[in-house]
Amino acid sequence: MSGFVTSAVSIFFDGLAYAMLLFVISVGLSITMGLMGFVNLAHGAFAMAGGYVTVACMNMLGVPFIPALVLAFFFVAIMSIPLERLLYAPLYKAGELDQVLMSIGITFMAIAGVTLIFGPNPPAIVLPEFLKGQIDLGFKTFPTYRFFMIVVGFVMAIALWLGFERTIIGAKIRAAVDNRQMAQAVGIDVDKLFILTFALGSGLAGVGGGLAIDIVGISPTFAFNYLVLFLIVVAVGGLGSLRGAFLAAIVLGVIDTAGKYLWPEGGAFFIYVVTVAVLLIRPDGFFGKGASQ
Amino acid sequence: MSLKAGLFAGLMAASLPFLAVSQPVQAEEVKIGVVLTYSGGAAQFGEQIDRGMSLYMETHPEAFGGHTVTLIKRDSKRPGGDIAKNAVQELITAEEVDILAGFVFSPNAMASAPLATQGEVPMIIMNAGTAWIPSLSPYIARVSFTMWHSGYPMGQYAHDTLGCETAAAGYTDYPPGKDSRNAFQTGFESSGGSLIEDIPMGGPREVPDFTPFFQRVKDAAPDCFYVFVPAGNHATAVIKTFAQLGMAEAGIRLIGPGDITQDTKLQDMGDDAVGLITMHHYSADYQTPVNLEFVAAWKAAYGEDSTPDFMAVGGWDGMAAIAHAITEQNGVITAEGTMAALSGWEFESPRGHIMIDPETRDIVMDSNIHEVVRRDDGRLGINVLGTIPQVADPCKALAIGRCGGE
Repeated sequence: MSGFVTSAVSIFFDGLAYAMLLFVISVGLSITMGLMGFVNLAHGAFAMAGGYVTVACMNMLGVPFIPALVLAFFFVAIMSIPLERLLYAPLYKAGELDQVLMSIGITFMAIAGVTLIFGPNPPAIVLPEFLKGQIDLGFKTFPTYRFFMIVVGFVMAIALWLGFERTIIGAKIRAAVDNRQMAQAVGIDVDKLFILTFALGSGLAGVGGGLAIDIVGISPTFAFNYLVLFLIVVAVGGLGSLRGAFLAAIVLGVIDTAGKYLWPEGGAFFIYVVTVAVLLIRPDGFFGKGASQ
Repeated sequence: MSLKAGLFAGLMAASLPFLAVSQPVQAEEVKIGVVLTYSGGAAQFGEQIDRGMSLYMETHPEAFGGHTVTLIKRDSKRPGGDIAKNAVQELITAEEVDILAGFVFSPNAMASAPLATQGEVPMIIMNAGTAWIPSLSPYIARVSFTMWHSGYPMGQYAHDTLGCETAAAGYTDYPPGKDSRNAFQTGFESSGGSLIEDIPMGGPREVPDFTPFFQRVKDAAPDCFYVFVPAGNHATAVIKTFAQLGMAEAGIRLIGPGDITQDTKLQDMGDDAVGLITMHHYSADYQTPVNLEFVAAWKAAYGEDSTPDFMAVGGWDGMAAIAHAITEQNGVITAEGTMAALSGWEFESPRGHIMIDPETRDIVMDSNIHEVVRRDDGRLGINVLGTIPQVADPCKALAIGRCGGE
């Protein structure tokens, strides 16, 4: 097989795995920002917390990897509800600066707290046997774990899409994202809906954190290090759009990987060029709610 | 001469030795400004060096000639250089320290060097390994290593002994990374190999996803893949990614400086690390009497699960150098006096015999070829396959690039 095709396949495969990780973590941020307009910079901290729940479950309690991910989802989702009620809710009507300061404060506290308990270094986990090694596709081998990451990402995207498009709650969420006041006027309890969405989004970030351990590694500063990427995915995809987050994650994941593969000197430069280009043409992102208006 | 006068002269003469001895009893306070990374992801490095320094002070109280040593510690946080420079400025002007010590990351040492010159404060580098750092100030002495102590002999070894004709180099994109790459390239190409891929792999602050870089190397299929990343979290990710991509099965041999098989990270790397060959100056696994004693003292002080690594040895040796400078100058520290005391200073370090080169103020030490092995008790260990004795920094010896134009 020619070098070009080999490179292209490598880039697409690795990029897709990276993209799915970005999607799983960012989708919750996109929906909650679209729904409430709340700038939650602590989203990275939720992902980080999920990563550490996974580590703690596996290394201290001996829980296998997949159940540990499920536990990470529920732990972060449930933990986010009192946070939302006590800290986020009072600031819904406040300015963006207040929201940013509060959520960044939470992030700092989370980083300090996790460093205190687990130390500053990334913990290691031992993956189950079936996720180790490579899968041989005949012409090329790929790491099994990245294959798993892609499958998980697609399954989650489909499940979320069905939930949004085919259930009453999904319809209510879409209605509230499109026009919150109108949704409230027709009797949709947007507050309750938001708690639910916030918990779901946070839980997904938690799972993403667990999945990230074996791709980018997790450490207390994960909460900040990758926050910019999550925000880019949200901005490029468009606030509150599931399709947008999915497409943006794929575009950015593949382009970032391609940039690093083809032109390592340029490093992470490409992702920002793409972001600027997309936002110049479509200031509300691919599927932002302002785009159609 | 009258009898009286003769007696007086005799008394004077007899008391002279007492006078000479009684002088050092006047204990001086020596202030050492310590600039290390105490927080964030790099806190582990600061901790190693800090502990190495403390351990030397606790186990060798007599080495300081009765003078009191006060450590004034400042956190340099990250590799950017700015925070370290501010800390050094404060240490020199407000705390009026006699000696500066520490410096984990090269950019921090580089940014601080002009202040050492202006303030005439000697600066003992305990880690930062970019080759030309001592050229930046006449008051810098280094007890750690340069990237060339490992990179250059590794390049020669890769071609001559491992039989690699082609190699790829991947490195973290900051001064010591480029330096290590240059060192490897010089050694490898001068012995007849050719470098076919040259890949900067992101900055030192965050551990990137190494997959795209490594995938590129895998597709290029070199015989050897030389990797330099900062010790610590980057290194663990390198070993993992290398294994995940099945690069060993594809016939690529992973080599590098010992930073990627750091003692504190080795056990976490698991089977993926077995067989790895690196070039380095220290491993906690060395079975020399000096090192066995050092490791035992370390474990007694910091716990059985704790392991010293090359950074701890940098702290230990640095403190020994400082003790030497203090006793030589009788506790009254000047920059010139310190540099004179350290020039040609020799010491039996846990890593082996070391010396400060009078010409370059840089370290001269053995470079060892390490192989990672699985011990009978299940732990990973380091076997020394060979030694290149008393290497003076090849970058300065060969006058390459910035090392040549002082």
